[in-house]
Formats: sequence, structure tokens, C-alpha cells
Amino acid sequence: MAKVFEKPTSFYSNFERKTAGSKKSTHYCPGCGHGNVHKMIAEALEDLGLAERSVFVSPVGCSVFGYYYFNSGNFQSAHGRAAAVATAVKRTNPDSIVMSYQGDGDLAAIGTAETIHTANRGENITVFFINNAIYGMTGGQMAPTTMIGQRSTTTPGGRTEVDHGNPIKVCEMLATLPAPTFITRVGLGNSKQIMQTRKAIRKALKIQAEGKGYSFVEILAPCPTGWKMDPPDARDHLLSTMEDIFPLGVYKDTSEDVTEDHWKRVSLPFDVNKRHEYLQAMKTPLDLEPVELKQDLNCKFAGFGGQGILTLGLFLAQVGMKAGHQVSWFPAYGPEMRGGTANCSVNICKDRIGAPTVEHPNVLVAMNQPSVEMFEDEVVDGGWVFLDSGICTGTASADRLKVTAIPAAEMADAVGTPKVANVVMLGAICAATGTFEPDYVKDTLRVIVRKKELLEMNLAAFDAGWEFVKNG
Amino acid sequence: MARQFMKGNDAIILGALAAGCRSYYGYPITPASEIAHAAALHFPALGGVFIQAESEIAAINMVYGTAGMGIRTMTASSSPGFSLKQEGLSYIAGAELPCVVVNIVRGGPGLGNIAPEQADYFQITKGGGHGNYRLVALAPNGAQEMCDLTMLAFDLADKYRTPACIMADGITGQMMEVVDIPEPKTVPYDHTSWCARGDSETRMNLISSIFLEPEDLEQHNLKLDKKYQQITAAETRYEEYRTDDADLIVVAYGVVSRIVYSTIDQAREEGLKVGLLRPITVWPFPSEPIRKLADSAKSFLAVELSTGQMIEDVKLAVEGRCPVHFYGRSGGMVPGGREILEQYRAILAGGTH
Ligand SMILES: Cc1ncc(C[n+]2csc(CCOP(=O)(O)OP(=O)(O)O)c2C)c(N)n1
Ligand code: SF4
Repeated sequence: MAKVFEKPTSFYSNFERKTAGSKKSTHYCPGCGHGNVHKMIAEALEDLGLAERSVFVSPVGCSVFGYYYFNSGNFQSAHGRAAAVATAVKRTNPDSIVMSYQGDGDLAAIGTAETIHTANRGENITVFFINNAIYGMTGGQMAPTTMIGQRSTTTPGGRTEVDHGNPIKVCEMLATLPAPTFITRVGLGNSKQIMQTRKAIRKALKIQAEGKGYSFVEILAPCPTGWKMDPPDARDHLLSTMEDIFPLGVYKDTSEDVTEDHWKRVSLPFDVNKRHEYLQAMKTPLDLEPVELKQDLNCKFAGFGGQGILTLGLFLAQVGMKAGHQVSWFPAYGPEMRGGTANCSVNICKDRIGAPTVEHPNVLVAMNQPSVEMFEDEVVDGGWVFLDSGICTGTASADRLKVTAIPAAEMADAVGTPKVANVVMLGAICAATGTFEPDYVKDTLRVIVRKKELLEMNLAAFDAGWEFVKNG
Repeated sequence: MARQFMKGNDAIILGALAAGCRSYYGYPITPASEIAHAAALHFPALGGVFIQAESEIAAINMVYGTAGMGIRTMTASSSPGFSLKQEGLSYIAGAELPCVVVNIVRGGPGLGNIAPEQADYFQITKGGGHGNYRLVALAPNGAQEMCDLTMLAFDLADKYRTPACIMADGITGQMMEVVDIPEPKTVPYDHTSWCARGDSETRMNLISSIFLEPEDLEQHNLKLDKKYQQITAAETRYEEYRTDDADLIVVAYGVVSRIVYSTIDQAREEGLKVGLLRPITVWPFPSEPIRKLADSAKSFLAVELSTGQMIEDVKLAVEGRCPVHFYGRSGGMVPGGREILEQYRAILAGGTH
């Protein structure tokens, strides 16, 4: 046997990264399964010509030091997260060969979510799952795959279904997912099994190299230390007991049906010129046309959800943007958004804007009575209040404020749709505050109104609001 | 100059794309989700990677993967999700990997609510994960800075091989302002010497945070500490407004700095000599300028969306030389200018809080 596995270049001959003990021997216990599997993987990488571009992701567990041995790119990952790390490496460089190598605690307890979702996305990686039915590294505690009756340091009386649940069968679970290409369980119990393991490892890596998707090889492996057995007894135990619970075999294999590179994702270098063009195309299509701002506008727009309150704010803010002013738009969210009401704050200022939340507006649009009551006291003396006279009953602050009661919803209806009541208000604001001329605003609307079928109605609504204020 | 009227959250992705970030991994959470939406739209369109991960834990570990390849990558979340990323961040800092993480802070503790808070300050600036590490943490206060500081965060991350954080709040994320679209950059760092990309050039490299021998780990910690000292010396950023002759220095960052800014001129009109110091980096904290201001100022006021976190750093910088007052709102409540002005009046009239 030994000859076959001798020194592939993908396996270091001296383990220079080891800090303790001999640099010639592995850190694993005598009779441990990890070392065997490592060598078979290294040999397969070599024979398939994949070693140069391979990346090995070590877990937390006894194989945390996988990077002592593999002459490949190496990642040591957090407990349970090897598959997530492997996913990212592969997606970022689809030409790499990425392996995640995990124990049963790592893969089937703390990392269960990553295991399932990596498989479900059909990541084009290979997962090696060393099932030794125990936590080796931390001192022989129960693993998700510990068998009923098996003693461990946290199941001193043996695992029971009622107290600890049943052993998890990962191959069987993953085989229910549509995406994985190859799912198999093999063992290290005798030389025949080892030969099968060798074949499975090769097949899994070949599937990845061909872009055929996710491959998963579960390997039943002895942990003489955790099981408190001699190495030969541990092998017998594997053959006699473990195999009954975890039957060997192929659980899924669609490798013949999947076309090459079906699961190979694209990742392109980020060309600067391409990005430049792309980002420039994101620009708001409003060219600067400076207009002097007679006075800063600090607006609060409020009403029922669906009355176009937020859009009113966006329209006015973009008019201000075109005119070259500082502008901000902030939608109330969280605790302020109760009972189906909506409000937003808009600032249009000559200088740098302080608070984006408008505490004391000089323009208030209230499209329902609760909004009038919520905000009228906050409006600064002499500020403008626009309320929909068809919906609101009125304001108690008329002596202090410039109130325009305007049947916006009715007027909107008259131009074709109640949806443009907000733009009636926009017309009224511009007329009353004397900030922006009708043609200027309507030119802006022609660019920024998304629903082009509503454009004419928007323009008519604006005129109606403007006329109402100017001519009553 | 091409301009876009956009949300702060979207501006983060604009900055990321300009900076040459190639991949985004994230899990949805309000009020940070727009960042994921923008990433899902733009990264694949440019040939980059977007994955909606199964959890914030998976997302940060995906970031670990791409960052370990020496390629720009990021994730974004909000407070509960950011808590889940702490172990991953510790690994990233330990393995000295560059990346950007965004926290659009919401109300806590627990599920809290989706309204703005700044109560993740301790978690972000003191190292929410285990071990001796720091996050470079930038606190934008508007949409333009969401873009610009994201670009800066990528540069600092690469320059120092360390994770950098954008700490913002729900308001800064949700509000729209005009942003100048930045010129994209080629990434001016070559990480071939240490990264692992799955190619022959980087085959010998190892990405790891494990140092089995205590002597080695101590050396590693000292190396990291030295790096954090260099960052403190070279990268502390802040802004001052009317601090020169101020009796009262208000320290506030993020959206609160905007609210405070809007009160300063008003206070001056009342004859109250108030100035604002705004940390732009909350780590490294601008301790030095605060220490200097403590020579001339009579008192300090920390205003935060928390029950008192940044104030500890202000006090450490002031070194007991003058009183440091506190005014905070939490749970998603945002202070108005009026209530902040009340604080100035009370403090400068000799009151304490
Ligand atoms: C977050 C976290 N929790 C717990 C641990 C401790 N820990 C290290 S390895 C391990 C279990 C390893 O068992 P397994 O994955 O079966 O691998 P084995 O050692 O048997 O090869 C645990 C719980 C850790 N390192 N990190
Ligand atoms: S404890 Fe078990 S898994 Fe770990 S090295 Fe020893 S035999 Fe192998």
C-alpha cells in the first residue's frame, strides 16, 4: 500500500510548518484516519494535474493543521465555516480547485447551515467529510454522528435517542437536494474500502475540474483515541458497527448527465474603463441649471401611505438638485411610521445642510387631518401650510401660518387621476413660496417622472396647483 | 461632474465599485438591505460576485475567503447581524486580511427595532470579537461620505492588511442626497506575496490566525499592536467647527453631528460659545485634538444615540481636566436641535448632567 501513496509533490515531504515534534511525521495519533485521507487527496491532485491551482481549506478539529501537509494554497477557517470560505475562493477564482475538509462536529453540528446551503447552491467545490463519530480534538465529546449507545465524554452512559437525538446521516440528507452532482460514503475499514475511497476522491475532484458541480465524499474514519481503542480494534469497530448505521455507497451521481462547465461561474477582472462607463450611466439625468434660491426650504410632507407623499419629496428635492442647491430627502421609517401614515423631510438649502430630519419646517404639506395635528405646532412662525381641503378639517394655527387649503385630490381627479394630488401640491408650493418657475419644474418633471403614461397628468396637475394659488 | 441623487446605503455600493471591490456577501436586514439590493444589481453586471449567504456568519466567512485571495470584498449588515460576524472579524484581523464591513446600526439590545442608534460603538471600536484586535472604523454623516469613506476604507484595509468598518445609522443609510459619482480606481496593492488565490504564484501561501506556541502568538499580538499604533498615528480623521474660541466642545459623530452642526450657529447667536468636534474615524478616536481642546475649553458634551458609549473615549482624552457632560437618546429616538440647545444653555449656566 505504502508505495502507491509515496510523496506526491502536492504533499510536503518535510512538514516545516509544524512547530512541535518531528517534521517527518504527522501530528495525528497512531491509527487515525485523517493522515490516510490526506495522502489520498494529495495523490489525486497530483495525478489529475490539479495541484498547482488547488486550495485546501482546513477546519477546526484535529485536521486544523491540514496546511502542515498540503503543498497547495491553504486557508485555515473558523469552526464550521470551511464551506463558506471555499465557496468564496471558488467563486472569485473559478479556475481554482477548492477543497473543504471537515470533521463531523465541524460539518454536521456547528457548520450544518453552511454545509446544506453550499450543497444547495451547487458550489463547484469538493467537500471531504471525515466522519469518526466523535469530537477528536476537544476530548472525545459526542458528535452529531455519534451512534446510539456509544459512550463519549458528554454521553458517559451512551448516546440515547431521547436525551441526545439520533446520529445524523449527512449523505442521505444532502442527496435530497437537486443541485449536488456526486454524493458518496466510503470507509477506511479495510484495504478494499481504502481502494474505493481513493477512487471516490479522484472522481470528486475530477467532477470539480470539469465544472460539473458539487461533490461530497464522506469517509468513515477511525479515531482510536476518542473511541478509547487500539488501532486494530478501532478498524474492527468501524467495520462491525459504524457501517451498519452509515451504509457505504453512492447516494447521488449525476456526473454523466451534467455538461462540462455547467456549474462554472463567471468572475471577471474589474476593468477600470468598464466601471467608469457603468458608474457614469448611473447618474441622475438632470443637468445643472442654476437658479437662485430666495430662501431655504425645510419641508415636511405628510399623509396616508399611497398619497404620493414620498414622491412629492423626491420631485421637489430633484428640482433643487437641478438648480444646484444642497438637498436632502429623508423618509420617516421605524417608530414614526405608524397607522399607515407616511412622511418625509426635504431640505433645499444654499449652504451645508445640518439635520436631514426637519424638526421645524417652513413648509408643511398635510394630506390628512392627523398630519395637520401632528406637525402644525412645529411649523415656524410665518411658515406655509398646504392642506387638502377635501380631506382635512382645518388648522388651529391659521393666525400664525400662511395656510393654503386646496382640494388637491379633487383637482387631481379632474385632470385624470387622484394619483397626481401630490403634484397639485408641488404646484401650490412653488407658486406660494416663489421658489421655482412653472416651466423649470415641468421640464424637470419631464425627465424624472418614471411612469411616462402619467406625465401629461402630472404636468396638468402642477399647473392646476400653481393656478389655484396664483388666481384662487 | 456626473451626480446622482441617491440613498446613503446605495452610495456605499457606488464607492465599493469605484474602489474595485469584486465581491459582496450578505444576509438581508433592515435598515441595511438596500446595500445588498444594490450589490445584487451591480456586482454581477460587472462580472463580480454577489451571494446572498445563509447567515451573517456564512457571509463574513465568505469575506474571509475572498479577502485571503488579496481581492477586495465586503459585507454589510445591521446590529444583530453584525453581532454574528464578530468571530469572523476576529479571524480576519488575526489573519491580517483586508476587507470592508458595514454596520448600519439599529436600535438594540436584542431584536430592538429598526430605528437609528449608535449603541454598537463599543462593539465596533473596542473589538466585539475575541482577542487583541481593532477595526478601523469610519463614521460617515451623509450620502457623499458613505461613498467616499467606503473608498477610503478599502484603501486603509489594503494598506494595513486589516478589516475596516463603515459605522453608520439608519438615517444616514435611508436619506437621499446628491453624490458626485467618483472615478473608479485600479487597486494599487499587490498581495501576491501572502495571499492564496489558487494559482501557482500563491501556492506556497497560508491564510491562518493560528499560532500554537504562546511565544509566537505573543509576537503576533505585538506586531498587530504596533500596526494599530501606526494607524492611530497616521489615520485619525476628524472635523472641527467653531472650536477655536469655544467654551463648550460638543463631540458627536454620524447623523448626530449633523443635528449638532445645525445648532452651533444658533447657539453663537445667543452668545453661547459652542463648537463641534466630529470624529470621522471613531477608531482610531481623535483623542489628541480633544486633549488639546481641553486646554482652552471649559467643558465638553458628548451627544450620542446611546446611553453613553463614546463619552468614555472623550473622558479618556480629556483626562479629567474639565467636566464631560452627556446627552443621549436611545431606542430609535433622535434628539432635536431644540433639546440639544437646552443642554448648552444649562451647561454654560453652570449646570451639570
Ligand atoms: C466556535 C468554536 N466552538 C468550539 C470550538 C472547539 N472545538 C474545536 S474542534 C471541535 C470539534 C471537532 O470535532 P470534529 O469536527 O468532529 O473533528 P475531529 O477533531 O474529530 O477531527 C470543537 C468543538 C472552536 N474551536 N470554535
Ligand atoms: S483524536 Fe482521533 S481524530 Fe484526532 S488525531 Fe487522534 S485519532 Fe485522529
